[in-house]
Order: sequence, then C-alpha cells, then structure tokens
Amino acid sequence: MKFQELFIESLGTLTLNKTRTGLAILGIVIGIGSVIALISLGQATQQSIQNQIQSLGSNLLTVQPGGSVGQGGVRTAMGSRTTLTLADAAAISESPEITTIEYVSPELQNRSQVITGSSNTNTQIIGVTSNYQYVHNVNIASGNFISDSDNDSLNKVAVLGPQVVTDLFGEDVDPVGKTIRINSQTLTVIGVTEAKGGTGFNNQDDVVYVPLSVAQKQLFGSNYLSSIALTAVDANSMVAAQDEVGFFLLARHNISDPTSADFSIMSQQDIIKTITSTTGTFTTLLSGVAAISLIVGGIGIMNIMLVTVTERTREIGLRKALGAKKKTITTQFLLESIILTFTGGVIGVLVGIITSFVISKVTSSLFVISPASIMLAFMVSAGIGILFGWYPAKKASELQPIVALRYE
Amino acid sequence: MKSDTPIIKTTHLSKVYITDIIKTVALDDVSFEVNKGEFLAIMGPSGSGKSTLMHILGALDKPSSGEYVLDGKNVEKLSDDELSEIRNQKIGFIFQAYNLLPRTTALKNVMLPMAYAGVDIPTREQKAKEYLEIVGLKDRMYHTTNQLSGGQQQRVAIARALSMNPAILLADEPTGNIATNQAEEIMDLFKQLNHQGHTVIMITHEEDIAAHAKRVIHIRDGKIVSDTKTK
Repeated sequence: MKFQELFIESLGTLTLNKTRTGLAILGIVIGIGSVIALISLGQATQQSIQNQIQSLGSNLLTVQPGGSVGQGGVRTAMGSRTTLTLADAAAISESPEITTIEYVSPELQNRSQVITGSSNTNTQIIGVTSNYQYVHNVNIASGNFISDSDNDSLNKVAVLGPQVVTDLFGEDVDPVGKTIRINSQTLTVIGVTEAKGGTGFNNQDDVVYVPLSVAQKQLFGSNYLSSIALTAVDANSMVAAQDEVGFFLLARHNISDPTSADFSIMSQQDIIKTITSTTGTFTTLLSGVAAISLIVGGIGIMNIMLVTVTERTREIGLRKALGAKKKTITTQFLLESIILTFTGGVIGVLVGIITSFVISKVTSSLFVISPASIMLAFMVSAGIGILFGWYPAKKASELQPIVALRYE
Repeated sequence: MKSDTPIIKTTHLSKVYITDIIKTVALDDVSFEVNKGEFLAIMGPSGSGKSTLMHILGALDKPSSGEYVLDGKNVEKLSDDELSEIRNQKIGFIFQAYNLLPRTTALKNVMLPMAYAGVDIPTREQKAKEYLEIVGLKDRMYHTTNQLSGGQQQRVAIARALSMNPAILLADEPTGNIATNQAEEIMDLFKQLNHQGHTVIMITHEEDIAAHAKRVIHIRDGKIVSDTKTK
C-alpha cells in the first residue's frame, strides 16, 4: 500500500474506534499535561525563592569605619569611628581601577524621634543618595524616592517606610505631601516604600530616608558616613570587589599595613552560600519532580498504547492472513501512534500550560513556563507513545497469522 | 479443465503443540497431493486436526515437521513477506469465524486484500462490488460488519476470499452458519469457480455438502483414514 493510502487508513481506523482513540489521547494528554504543570510549578517556586533572596541584596558589600583592631588593642564598636567621608564614596565610584563595583551608596544612619501632629515614633533615620534604592532593592509604593537634585539642593524631604507611616498616620493613609519633624527640622514626605518585612532592629520597613546632605548638615551635623554600601557587578566578582575596594581605600587613607586599616568591608557571603545551596537543592528537587512525573506520565502512555495495540493482535493476524507484509502493518501502527501522540501531545501541552496558569492565579504565585520543559515532556512522551504503539505491533506482525488470530 | 500437476503436495506433514505439561499431536504424518482444478472436501470429527491442516495449507501456520510444496514452492523456505504475498495472490481463505474487520463496511472488508496487492482504488471498489453481488449482498455493501447477520458475514468473507481471484480457495466450514437454500447457492458458486479452474478445498462435517465435492478425505486423530474420488 502507498504511504498516503496507509495514512488515510490509519486515520480511518482511529476515527472508527472513537472510545479507544479518545482514551489513548486522554492518557497522553494527562501524561504530558501533568509533567508540564509540575515542572512549571517547581520552576515558579524556585523563581520566587530566588527573587526573595535577591531582594535582600545578594551582591552587597558594606564598608564601615573602624578596623578590626583599634588603637592600643582596644576594639571599638563597629561604625562608631569617623573615618569614611563622602569623598571616599565619590572616589570609589569614579576610580578607573575599580571595575567590579556597580553602585556606590554612601549612608549616614542615626536613631531619632520623628514627630507629626500629636503622634511620634523613635525610628532609624538614614541619609541616602538616589543609589540607595538600587543597592538595597527598595521599591516605591507611592510618590518618589530621594533624588540627586534633592541632595544637591538640600531639599527637606523624606521617604517613609510603611511601618513609620502606620505609626505616625495610621493605617491606609497616603502621607505624601504631609510634613514630619526630625530634630526641629520640618520635612515634607515625598514617598512611601513597599513593605519588605523583617523585625526588630532589622525592620526594613521601620525607617525614614532623607537626602544624605540634609542628614549630614541639618539633622545630625556630621561630615562623616556611617557606611558605604556597594554592589558588585555580579555574585561571582564579590571577592575581587572586596579586594579592589580594600586596597583602594588603604592607599587613599595612606595605610600600608592592612591589619591597621581604619575601615572594614563585610560581604554577604552567608547569603551567597544560602543562594547557592538553595538553588542547588531546588535544581535537584526540580529534576526529581520532572523525572518522576516523566516516568509516571510515560508509564501511563506506555500502558494505554500497549493495551490498545495488544488488543488488536487478532486484527494484525487477519491483515497478515490477507496478504499484508510486516512493513505495511508496522507502518500503519507507527502512523497511528504518531497521530495519537501528536494530537494528545498538543492538547497535553495546552492543558499543562492552562493548568499552571490557573495554579499560579489561585495561589497568586509566579507563572513560569519554560520551552525546554515543554520540549522535554513532549519529546519523552511522544517517544514512549510511538515506541509502545509500534513495538507490540511489530511483535504481533512477526507471529504466524494463525497464532495472532487465536490471540485472546 | 483438469490438470495432473499437483498444486499442493504434502509429505509426512505433522504438527505437534507442546505446552508445559501436555504434548498434543494435531497432525500425524499426513501425505497427500491435490492437483490443479480439484474440488476436495475434508471431513472428520472435531479435534481430528482438519482445521490445523487447513491452516498449514493456507500458509497461516507452519508444520512441526514434514514438507509442504505449494505450486512448486517449498513453503518452509519462504520468507515471512513471501508467504504474505502467496496468501494474498494465490490463496483465498474463508475462516470459520469469518474474521472480518470490525466496524468496517462489507465493501471495505472485501477491498482489503486488493489494497495489500496494490490494486488501484477504482478497480478495487468495482471488483469488490462485483463479488458482493455474486454472494447476494448487493444491498448490504455499506453495512458495517456488526450490522450483518452471521450468514451475511460469512458471505462477505467468501466475497473477500474471491476478490483476488485466487488459484486455491480454502474454506473452513463455509456453510456452517448459512440456511440450507443459501448453502446450496454457495455450493453452486464453488462448483462454478471449480469449473473455471480454481482448486477448491473445504472442510465440512455435513455429508450433503461434502457430496458436492469430487474427492473426499476423512481425517481422524491427525491421520488420513480414507481418500476417495467420488466423481
């Protein structure tokens, strides 16, 4: 028989037995769909965990004044000394020798009383430049963050953390345009940051951001910085960045012995380790989930194809008795398997994508679909479907026709 | 139209089925010849091995030992695909259980052997219609097999066996499910085909059906017990 005719014959056989064809397609749809949905779910979880870690600032380096050992062997409290200046920060960002640093954020922190009308709260005041936003991944919920021109022209403006807003103005109030008082200075609120979480001293929401120039000259009367936060260009250049900045500042401060440095650099090595191990664990978990669902889906497809084709051993015997050659029979069953798995495969991919989409909507999580997982699910399932549609047919076509005809 | 060239020649043919515990001898040292143009009936009680013999003659099964020469070719030495071709071109086999493709029209069933032979579609359809008319199913051509009675299915199976105009027609109880008057019609058809030069071999347990044949072989316990020319 010609190929074209065999194709029509295969289509005919499939449409003739609607229940059998429907069940086989359903098996393939479930096999492929579940694999895609599971992989997508895993990837979405991985993505959201990575995002959360990223929001902590994974490439962060912090330069603080004060060495590891102070004068006379007395170790002074970190940050209590006054050795870092705005000029240091500017030099770091402008130096051509430093290539691994992306953002430089000079900061001056102090706790102070914040007053508005009848309410007041004691909170962290941070003098920042516009770079703070990028270094610490601060997102604005309403209004704007501190800009460079706010710093240049000593604008008395403030950006509040959501906790401060609640403490001063109450729930669900937009304070943009209202005024607050810090150390007898009146500042206008120009923005509110998004909630980041955290508790106690580390509460990233219980904070007031003001322009660095305002903090230095008008609020706290200090020409020094409490820290310089830096971001490396990527997580891999953290060690190089730490060295570059360290040697640069030693040279700038005319210190030849690194052990007597008047500053220290801390990196988020722990966070990086956490990211690496979390990502590693997740990659393993994800591969496991994908492998298991592929096996489960594959076995489902294998079963339905095996049953469908084995059930037709008699038909194969009959076709052979009437003069069909082995190749004609195997080609017909191969074509049927290909049509089945491709139809089921396309529907399965759609079902998988829709399922993951619905799950992401219901659990309000990320919707991640990777073409690689679709390809993998499709290729493996189609491969299994075609193999187990073709192989039993091949075995049956090798039987003596009468043996196949007598098959129960 | 008789010719003395043997179209079928078996020598010391035997077939043994071996399961784990039982060894069943279905055919035991069967040797006979059938010439071109003969009309032969094989009779015997159930379990005598006549169906097994028929399957071997139809190249659907292989003997355990012995030799079967079909139209000058030793069947044992033929490849699987060559056997398919012989079944397609030279043998028309009418199964006791009809063995039609389920949920398929009578017409498509009759067209199937011609499809495997590579006959073009219009010729296939035209011939299939002719043969269905011969077996009296002109008005049932587009019925699917499950819409046909046992007798009608048997006649579709006969039309299918005739479709390739085979030299040898092998029929396993061809009138088993057919009313007497229709059985006579089928026998007339067989006689007519035999007259045209086809070799006809049929299994039957009915004496009056066997009476149409020119030669009757009786089989018992896998052995030929008698071989008589009646005409």
